[in-house]
Amino acid sequence: MRRIGVFVCHCGTNIAGTVDVKAVAETLGKEPAVVFSTDYPYMCSEAGQNIIKEAIKEHKLEGVVVCSCSPRMHEATFRKTVQAAGLNPYLLEVANIREQCSWIHKDKTEGTAKAIVLGRAAIAKVQLNTPLIAGESPVVKRALVIGGGIAGIQTALDIADAGYEVDIVEKQPTIGGKMTQIDKTFPTLDCSSCILTPKMVDCAQNEKITIYSYSEVEAVTGFVGNFSVKIRRKARYVDETKCTGCGVCTEKCPVKNVPNEYNLGMDNRHAAYIPFAQAIPNVAVIDAAHCNKFKTGKCGLCQKLCSAGAINYEQEDTIIEEKYGAIVAATGYNPISVDKYDEFAYSQSKDVVTSLEFERILKADGPTEGHLQRMSDGKQPKTIVFIQCVGSRDTSGCGKEYCSKICCMYTAKHAMYCREKYPDTEVYVFYIDVRTPGKNYDEFYRRAVEQYGVHYIKGMVGKVSPKADGTLHVQASDLISNEQLHISADMVVLAAAIEPDKSARPLATMLTASMDTNDFFTEAHAKLRPVESPTAGVFLSGVCQGPKDIPETVAQAGAAASKVIGLLAKNKLSCNPCVSQSNEAMCNGCSTCANVCPYGAITYEDKDFSRRKDGSMIRRVAVVNEAVCQGCGACTVACPSGAMDLKGFSTSQIMAEVDAICK
Amino acid sequence: MQINNEFKPKIVAFCCNWCSYAGADLAGTNRANYPADVKIIRVPCSCRVNPMFILRAFQRGADGVILCGCHPGDCHYTTGNYYARRRMTMLFSMLSYLGIEKERTRVEWVSAAEGAKFAATMNEFVETITNLGENKRLEDLRCKK
Repeated sequence: MRRIGVFVCHCGTNIAGTVDVKAVAETLGKEPAVVFSTDYPYMCSEAGQNIIKEAIKEHKLEGVVVCSCSPRMHEATFRKTVQAAGLNPYLLEVANIREQCSWIHKDKTEGTAKAIVLGRAAIAKVQLNTPLIAGESPVVKRALVIGGGIAGIQTALDIADAGYEVDIVEKQPTIGGKMTQIDKTFPTLDCSSCILTPKMVDCAQNEKITIYSYSEVEAVTGFVGNFSVKIRRKARYVDETKCTGCGVCTEKCPVKNVPNEYNLGMDNRHAAYIPFAQAIPNVAVIDAAHCNKFKTGKCGLCQKLCSAGAINYEQEDTIIEEKYGAIVAATGYNPISVDKYDEFAYSQSKDVVTSLEFERILKADGPTEGHLQRMSDGKQPKTIVFIQCVGSRDTSGCGKEYCSKICCMYTAKHAMYCREKYPDTEVYVFYIDVRTPGKNYDEFYRRAVEQYGVHYIKGMVGKVSPKADGTLHVQASDLISNEQLHISADMVVLAAAIEPDKSARPLATMLTASMDTNDFFTEAHAKLRPVESPTAGVFLSGVCQGPKDIPETVAQAGAAASKVIGLLAKNKLSCNPCVSQSNEAMCNGCSTCANVCPYGAITYEDKDFSRRKDGSMIRRVAVVNEAVCQGCGACTVACPSGAMDLKGFSTSQIMAEVDAICK
Repeated sequence: MQINNEFKPKIVAFCCNWCSYAGADLAGTNRANYPADVKIIRVPCSCRVNPMFILRAFQRGADGVILCGCHPGDCHYTTGNYYARRRMTMLFSMLSYLGIEKERTRVEWVSAAEGAKFAATMNEFVETITNLGENKRLEDLRCKK
């Protein structure tokens, strides 16, 4: 029987308030194996840790049980403590008597009794703990950034700045993301392209950065420090190395009726196109779905005209495989589809637009070349109604329950713009709440109201009806004056909620990163580890983690980059030693374990079990690759002969816990 | 069967480290109460739970055993909870043959964000088990000295 020490933490009054810690320490002290037992107000403090260290030396402890907060919180701390005292760090167990005991049970007798049982279970388990030594795995000094919007661009630039290689994978033909479509940025109203395009150029010119545009991540294997990623480079039918971006093909292409994604379908582009003038890489793409050459086999005009000889109709998708030490998800967002909101008549009138469409109308390279015009007749609107929270903060199940965060500010920006450029325009904004938490944000909103005379009305719009004369009849309620309003508007702008890009969920599955119910990536800790995913080596940048505006996105991108740099700066990473192991004497090489292993960590070897020289006995046995095994334990249960066990969570350890709890 | 208001069931909850154990921690952080009868055993993944662990718990006198894992599709190890689901479906189909009411076991998916769901699940499960009463039918198998 091992010599066990028990250390009960008060956590101030967090535990001591509803658990009699003295009684717990005393009762557990009477357990046969326990040779030392004590309690202390803050076990995680330096003084508390010293008590543990001294007790290990003084009482020659061979196992330590700390009854404290969740092991998710301080297991690592206490492992370091016991290691500092010369004990193997894995001879420690934490009994969770805070989150799973004192905080949920109000009755002190019940709480104390439960804490004792949990302590006993930990003692029973630690008896069977084996000293484990964490292996080491090398770190590939290269990072992958998935998504080439402002989040991905900033992350890549910061990582490259530290001297590490970075690859950006962007599914669109150009990097830049949503920010390229925006006209001006709040609250300073500087031109979005003017601040973004230099960064895009920096990316293209930085020798540490490789841009894989028009590419998607196909598969991810491996683990922190050593991911292996397959990237599909979609055929763009233009040789990137030859194309000079002269634009002849895009001008002469006879197919002119393809909806232009850059302008959200409000105008058309050619089948051969460059998304916009400042695209990076500045290389044309041929849209095979619309190109005559691909549809009918007749045309080939662009090939004839291309002086660089870059057009190649035979090009095929290629798959490249690269190794990375860290991966950053920066997949961004999209506005939700507002078609389902029949009351706002989005699909009935061209003059009901989303805010991003409105942004395109305002921008100089948009469908109207920056002139505020109705999309139906090109007339300048005299009355504009903005509707906020379309699909945001919607608990009806139709939209999103969360606040999209950016809409209040961009609506104020749009409203202000209309009043400034076209002072004869009447602008109404219908809102539930105006939320402007940010530096200089509230001042910005107040400027829209006080200086520019935008009519802010608290209330929701009930119905937008297109009229025969081309106007839009807006029926709304003013919640403050409690009256019904009828406004004859020329244009209605919907502040549509934003949602994570559709590619995020399949990507999360590939990365084994977790997501919340809204498909935003989950952080490792909501407050203390906001840019890391719970999956080691996967980091989060931008809106894929939650709605945020450009300054916040850039800040988070920098934070994610610094975490990546911290990881890549290491030469070796210590692996989780709680991995499966196969008992060769019991294994019959049946392959059941390898079939359930999600990581391909199990291989088979022929081993010589011969005892005498004359009789050879060679058997096929399972071998676990400890660097690849993640320690889920699927194989341990699948193994029909019971040869597989999981270190740190062995069958005997769990059984001992079960016995201690049911005693 | 004894009908006793004082009956305190013994309930073992196996929780996967990544979702349900974190969900249980969140229930604590949110001070979402549930009875102290529930004792949690942390496992790396719901697929680490051998059906034998559940039978062992019943054999040693547990009145209810619940297995909690990540939601299907959200497993930290990609597929672990699918294995767990199949294994438990298999086990549950044999429980009545073994002399255990099948209501005494359950599989629930609780994410790391569902502290309230964890507490609600435990409250409901404890109530079910309390109504079922003591797990007497496996008494013969218990290793009593």
